[in-house]
Amino acid sequence: MTETEPAPSAAAASPASAPTGARYAGRRVRRLEDARLLTGRGMFVDDVRRPGMLHACFVRSPFARARINSIDVCAALASPGVRAVFTAADLNPDVRESWYTQDGPKVPDSPRPPLADGEARFAGDPVAMVVATDRYLAEDAAELVEVDYEPLDAVVDFREALASPVQVHASRPGNIAGRLTGTPPDAVEAACAGAAHVAEETFRQQMHTPSPMETRGIVAEWDGRELTIWSSTQNPHEVRAFTARLLGIPPERVRVIMRDTGGAFGLKVVPGREEQCVLLAARKVAGPLKWIEDRRENLLCHQARHESGRARIAFAADGTILAASIDHLQDMGAYPTPWQVGPGAAVGMLFPGPYRVPVATWTSTSVHSNTAGRVPYRGPWQFESLAREVLLDIAARDLGIDPVELRRRNLLSRDDLPWTNPNGMPYDHASPRETFEAALAALGYDAFRAEQRAARAHGRYLGVGTSSYLEPTTSGQPYYGSEEATVRVDPSGRVTVFFTGGSSGNSLETTVAQLAADALGIEFDLVEPVQGDTAVTPAGAGTGGSRSGSMTAGAVGEAARALLARLTALAAHRFGVGEDEIEVADGRAVVRGRPGVGATFGELAAYAAAAPPGLPEHLAGVLEASGRHTTPAPMLWANATHVCVVEVDVATGAVTILRHIVGEDVGPMINPDVVEGQIAGGTVQGIGGALLERQAYDADGNPLVTTLLDYLIPTAAEVPLIEYVHLETPAPGPGGYKGVGEGGAIGAPPAVVNAVVDALSPFGVKITELPVTPAAIVELLAAAGYQGGHH
Amino acid sequence: MAEWQVRMVVNGQAVEQAVEPRLTLADLLRDRLGLTGTHLGCEHGVCGACTVLVDGAAVRSCLMFAVQADGREVTTVEGVAADDGTLSPVQAALRDCHGLQCGFCSPGFVMTITALLRDNPDPSDEEIREGLSGNLCRCTGYQGIIAAVRHAASALANGG
Ligand code: FES
Ligand code: FES
Repeated sequence: MTETEPAPSAAAASPASAPTGARYAGRRVRRLEDARLLTGRGMFVDDVRRPGMLHACFVRSPFARARINSIDVCAALASPGVRAVFTAADLNPDVRESWYTQDGPKVPDSPRPPLADGEARFAGDPVAMVVATDRYLAEDAAELVEVDYEPLDAVVDFREALASPVQVHASRPGNIAGRLTGTPPDAVEAACAGAAHVAEETFRQQMHTPSPMETRGIVAEWDGRELTIWSSTQNPHEVRAFTARLLGIPPERVRVIMRDTGGAFGLKVVPGREEQCVLLAARKVAGPLKWIEDRRENLLCHQARHESGRARIAFAADGTILAASIDHLQDMGAYPTPWQVGPGAAVGMLFPGPYRVPVATWTSTSVHSNTAGRVPYRGPWQFESLAREVLLDIAARDLGIDPVELRRRNLLSRDDLPWTNPNGMPYDHASPRETFEAALAALGYDAFRAEQRAARAHGRYLGVGTSSYLEPTTSGQPYYGSEEATVRVDPSGRVTVFFTGGSSGNSLETTVAQLAADALGIEFDLVEPVQGDTAVTPAGAGTGGSRSGSMTAGAVGEAARALLARLTALAAHRFGVGEDEIEVADGRAVVRGRPGVGATFGELAAYAAAAPPGLPEHLAGVLEASGRHTTPAPMLWANATHVCVVEVDVATGAVTILRHIVGEDVGPMINPDVVEGQIAGGTVQGIGGALLERQAYDADGNPLVTTLLDYLIPTAAEVPLIEYVHLETPAPGPGGYKGVGEGGAIGAPPAVVNAVVDALSPFGVKITELPVTPAAIVELLAAAGYQGGHH
Repeated sequence: MAEWQVRMVVNGQAVEQAVEPRLTLADLLRDRLGLTGTHLGCEHGVCGACTVLVDGAAVRSCLMFAVQADGREVTTVEGVAADDGTLSPVQAALRDCHGLQCGFCSPGFVMTITALLRDNPDPSDEEIREGLSGNLCRCTGYQGIIAAVRHAASALANGG
């Protein structure tokens, strides 16, 4: 097999979707990343070994909230191998600026001190950092740090935060990190008052954590002038920019290197507090400093998706939606990272979803609690889909309309777009209704209903649930809406593409090689993608916001265009003809009508390097070109419908997913394997969130979940075979591509919940809280009067 | 802390190291021998990223002390491909079925699947899922990994 021969799963590959002339885009090209990763030759941050490297270990608060009266580091300092012990007094005053580029310096961000200063605000809050010659010795010494804590009352449940006498941060009265609202509610109130039916529920989602298999980690090496950083990150250039600001040194003296990042899902979008500590300490210790978060720390220190919301949808008697609103409350924990108030607004603005909703409004309140800090997690606003889609099913039952029929009456179709939803979201280039129908057709909805009836007669409870959403990908906001790449041809004929990267499993190296090979008309195998080293790659915003496919396609396209122009000019000079007489194809520039007269890209690179007399200066030297893509659209909309079929064991509450179909419209696919991989991974995370995963605290704020035995990530034993239905409505941008990273995690949970409720419809249960564990189902059935035995 | 002398064969090479009794096999492999393909995802025996073969059996190297591997034969992910770099049927199947994204879990899956197919060359679907259930992957949803086990099984049945 050659590198580009399709994988065995390629039967369904549809190169038909590729842009005209594309040889590699649209195909299941084998990944360039895999050979090193499968043989143990990847380079993750913990694989970095430097001469004289030191290891950091954090001393963390065991209390949810406590005054720190004193810290005695003497015994720890005397412990074998210990080189330093830092407390807040040593590191915090060194902070020059601490803000993230995506938010800017002016957002009303919550405090984020490197080490806890005077007060610990959650169980796990870093209080001191021990540095030793190896990790074992650092851990030994960490146990010798004596902290005199005075435990204080804590606010643990975020729903009590607004009324709590406890204040997590003195600067945040009422524990409010931020509150954003839509238009005044009058129109929605009026619509509700005149509606035939108003469905209204409060939904609660449990605390999740992204939990990539590789935890966070960093190595920082100071040579007296420059800081070199190896980081597990989605965004190497943000690590560089943040570090330069933090330490007050020029960004040109900060080099960030990432090769492989072991999953991120939002967690690694910016450096967190521990990384700040390592960066601040790097100049104070006599050697490179490494910190690798352990799994317990990873589970203690990050939360996501912990929110609740009162959702309301008003209907006419025929099921037409008249209005929709949501009042949303989300947990920030003690130290959210980065600013997390904004995504709460997205919950409100996206709540109308892919439906013809005439009026709507929303509020979103973000509150602090004495728990782990909120971090972004794959589709951070997904609560809008959970609340809307589950509420639609509840409403359908109340109205006596089949939930599929209710959606049909309200879904936007391709022809309805562009459409601006009542909260101002400008939907376009999407196909909600068409995708919905295609996904249902893949199931055979009517046939399933018959099967369901037959199964019930035998005491088996099957159910189907759907969930549809519109997802903003590739934001046009300034920081995210622009991306650069550089393409260089060497005399060997090989082409190196330098791009921002931040690939954390997103297959960006392969994707970029496909795109560059097509854009330049050369063999895939000739392209060498380089990402993740800020010394050689152009600055950019990294992976996140489902932006990489479209933005890198744009950047590579622009760079390739500039390079082709330069190749053309060189060839024209070389052969003494006008540029309009040069044709570039298949890695050669030839004079039109004289196929024998031409040069390969490599020969032209050698020609430029040799700089023969008379060659204009701007064409001489290294044969390379850069290009920048700035997206013209405010956002590119992807859409999907998830259809989930489950069987529920009413005796044990166990849920088995029998089928899970994802119909989606992410535009044309650059690599269907990668697209489906992103969908599958997100979907399984969503299934985990619906059924299994839960971070939890006791009433005093002690974490109950500190290992992967307690935090239940789905295993191969639980996951269904995921089926895909691809629709392609091109977006207004490079290649028509849209983003695909987050959708699976958004769409899956409500489909699963709706399927479980549908299975249990003979009992009339309602589910408004995640996760839907077996115990929760047994409890719901008992509350519905089910005593066991056949219904 | 007192050190013990341990000897073992790692990927066919004899190795001798003085180690503290508390040093895990994973840390010996990664920190002393530079075999960083063995990954640590939890250090408490749940994720399977650290799986290696000890005398042919798949074990979690984060839960085994180096001294417990004294006198044994250890194979890590670095020792699975052919000497000329050709991927093993299991590695090739994971690549061909898009069985990895970030690749952090992959060394553990390579080792687990290698042992699984050696013991059960023709596993049923249920046996595959059961056999993989001790390894966590957060990226792929296991779709390509399950497919890769089937693919590798038939490749091995056809002589690799
Ligand atoms: S690191 Fe050994 S099982 Fe997770
Ligand atoms: S590929 Fe990332 S954890 Fe499995």
